[in-house]
Amino acid sequence: MNLNLYIWRQKGPDDQGRLVRYEARDITTEMSFLEMLDVVNEQLVKNAEEPIAFDHDCREGICGTCAQVINGVPHGPREKTTVCQLHMRHFSDGDSIYIEPLRARAFPVIKDLVVDRGALDRIIQSGGYISVHTGGVPDANTVLIPKDDAEAAMDAAECIGCGACAAACPNGSAMLFTASKVAHLALLPQGRVDAARRVCMMTETMREEGFGNCGNHYECQAVCPKGIKVHFIAKLNREFIKAQAKHLSGKSKKT
Amino acid sequence: MTLEGKVPAGPLAEKWDRRQQEMKLISPANKGKFTILVVGTGLAGASAAATLGELGYRVEAFCFQDSPRRGHSIEAQGGINAAKNYPNDGDSIFRLFYDTIKGGDFRSREANVYRLAMLSNAIIDQCVAQGVPFARDYAGYLDNRSFGGAQVSRTFYARGQTGQQLLLGAYGALSRQVGAGTVRLHPRSEMLDLVGVEGEAKGIIVRDLVTGHITPYAGDAVCLCTGGYANVYYLSTNAMGSNVTAAYRAYKRGAFFANACFMQIHPTCIPASGDHQSKLTLMSESLRNDGRVWVPKTKGDRRNPAEIPEAERDYFLERRYPGFGNLAPRDIASRAAKKVCDEGRGAGPGGRGVYLDFADALGLLGEENIRGRYGNLFEMYEKITGENAYRQPMRIYPAPHYSMGGLWVDYNLESTIPGLFVLGEANFSDHGANRLGASALMQGLADGYFIIPRTIAHYLAQTTPGRVKADHPDFRKCGEEVNIQINSLLSVKGRKTATEFHRELGKIMWDLVGMERNEDGLRKALRLIPELRNEFWENVSIPGSGTGLNQELEKAGRVADFLELGELMALDALHREESCGGHFRSEHQMPDGEACRDDASCCYVAAWQFRGDDREPELHKEPLSFENIELSERCYK
Repeated sequence: MNLNLYIWRQKGPDDQGRLVRYEARDITTEMSFLEMLDVVNEQLVKNAEEPIAFDHDCREGICGTCAQVINGVPHGPREKTTVCQLHMRHFSDGDSIYIEPLRARAFPVIKDLVVDRGALDRIIQSGGYISVHTGGVPDANTVLIPKDDAEAAMDAAECIGCGACAAACPNGSAMLFTASKVAHLALLPQGRVDAARRVCMMTETMREEGFGNCGNHYECQAVCPKGIKVHFIAKLNREFIKAQAKHLSGKSKKT
Repeated sequence: MTLEGKVPAGPLAEKWDRRQQEMKLISPANKGKFTILVVGTGLAGASAAATLGELGYRVEAFCFQDSPRRGHSIEAQGGINAAKNYPNDGDSIFRLFYDTIKGGDFRSREANVYRLAMLSNAIIDQCVAQGVPFARDYAGYLDNRSFGGAQVSRTFYARGQTGQQLLLGAYGALSRQVGAGTVRLHPRSEMLDLVGVEGEAKGIIVRDLVTGHITPYAGDAVCLCTGGYANVYYLSTNAMGSNVTAAYRAYKRGAFFANACFMQIHPTCIPASGDHQSKLTLMSESLRNDGRVWVPKTKGDRRNPAEIPEAERDYFLERRYPGFGNLAPRDIASRAAKKVCDEGRGAGPGGRGVYLDFADALGLLGEENIRGRYGNLFEMYEKITGENAYRQPMRIYPAPHYSMGGLWVDYNLESTIPGLFVLGEANFSDHGANRLGASALMQGLADGYFIIPRTIAHYLAQTTPGRVKADHPDFRKCGEEVNIQINSLLSVKGRKTATEFHRELGKIMWDLVGMERNEDGLRKALRLIPELRNEFWENVSIPGSGTGLNQELEKAGRVADFLELGELMALDALHREESCGGHFRSEHQMPDGEACRDDASCCYVAAWQFRGDDREPELHKEPLSFENIELSERCYK
């Protein structure tokens, strides 16, 4: 099949950027979306033109590196599918496809479809872990965890950190990303010890990095390639309120 | 020179303790004076950087990905081994050690493998403490599954995403240290050279992939945790960015490269669908717990699998290896699959595939249970192929997956360059000629969490902290050489893309240095690869410049190194006159087609020393001695 592509080209962070039309010819249905872009890029390189820069790595939907906005939707039209796992059998000959970078205030464009998602790392650095040193920990079966809790924690832990949630959100909020880590750890007994500190630090960093707040649009859940549910945001809110209450009661005891 | 493995004396079970007693320590007050450069942030790199940071060293951590959470370890699916013996099925440290040595076809160091088995239990404890959500049973205890090459269930798992969860655990620990200020992170940064000062590793040259700046970093020691080189085959299960550049450039600076030809070809991958294919996707080995592998008995049988009656199917793994059946080790299962396809009995387009059939398990356990075990893998299979594996068997075919070979290291994980330590897949140490499933994660984390913190201290304690700074003339010289290479790549201005060269190299490697090798083929590869390399340097096209983000330049630099590594692999494969593990020479096989090992003359590690672009590397041999187990034919029947 042949396709009309309208792809965002931007030389660097300070460049204005614009959509440029390309033709993708002789695309087969077995190709992945990124392999279709590979074909376009191969042709550009052969013509000594600069290929379209885009992030990708595992091409198995797990590393979270790829994330483009395809026809207005981060990761494109298929449910629970990263761009790298989107295949061309879901498109038709003659289709026009618009390809843009993830857009959120906290994700500045580096070049073309490549954005800087360092803000997500900084949210994790501010508290998205259990404070344990290497060594000196108890046997793994000392603390039993009900299967349902372990499964729920795993549901949240599946987040691949691609940032699609923030790009889909009208508020540019990273709430689903943050909530998935808060919930994953808060659901496990090991994670309870620093749960209050964690939720406060992570939400504070999220705000500082320029992400908005949750407005219950649920766009994040709709685009999440791992199907992470917004009820984890409710869990985050609950953890946050508990942390505030703890903080307040701690204060009242002191005074 | 003689290669000194530095294995401690004493009984096997006491060696690591003895070594820890022998080694020097650094007091807490002095650790902060030392800077350690950690390259790569997969399981080995992230766990090493985090742990060294916790101990109080100053750590600089580098990765080419945009975030340290994205190392290729994240793709590991099935699980991680440990000798916990929770299921009470007869496992022990010694059994895990023995299975791993045997799985590696007796081409690894006893002491290293024993230490790995010993540390395996502490890894699971550590990961659970970090919040890794391993699978559990209804009583709340940890669950185990079986994996290839073992008759006990010792594999811990988190659905089909064990690598992801372990890496996120290590990434959490690393992030904590970044927050604490002990680790400084350098994402989108690629190491392009190793700087040696007076024969010791004291720094690296790094290209910032966003700005294009070439920056020298000085340190008191360097840890390479840069993964494997299966991408030399172009199509592999590795991530697109996985490359050999850091390890290869260290080799060119004097670190020996060991057992380069030991490459694991994984049996269960989704077959390629056409020339456009950019990578191959693994279907976890854990699927072979419940899936049965078969092909039609008759050559050229093109019927729909559902129409082929039971009596006309050949469950070739169960037939040839009744003891282990579908859980035969990877090298053996891969070769068996290739054999039936070569006989014209393969399934799917081009006959390059075998069926992995879940019909029996679905009948026995029900779709819900199968979904619980492998749901995400079935989903992934459907996304890629458009086929529903609950209704029809999967089609699978072998693909390059893991390099057992890598930079040579001694028992302390130190390379032949003092101060250069190599961890995880980037080293050669623990898997011999074939790695068993669920052992890569174990090794990466053992190296990073538990081994390097001890051994690097011993090295550092004998040095003066901060002795070499990045303004040392050797750094300037090395940086200039990196710039010259980048500029010569950019100035070729040819007509072929780096990807085209990579694809051609991959074809040579797959056809001639792949699952089955022979002398003629290897000699042909040794002729073709240099020809292709010469053409590359005359005709590669790289648009753009060295400043700013240039993904074609990154790719071309990596392909340039693969074009040299491929030759080293062929040379290593040619010199090793035996078949063992992933290295199968068709001249050396039993009458029934099994690998024929030659313990009398080939029981050694082959370590290659670079001697210049125009000279053949020099071979050094580290003999392998087995004091605790008997070398035996590796039988899975």
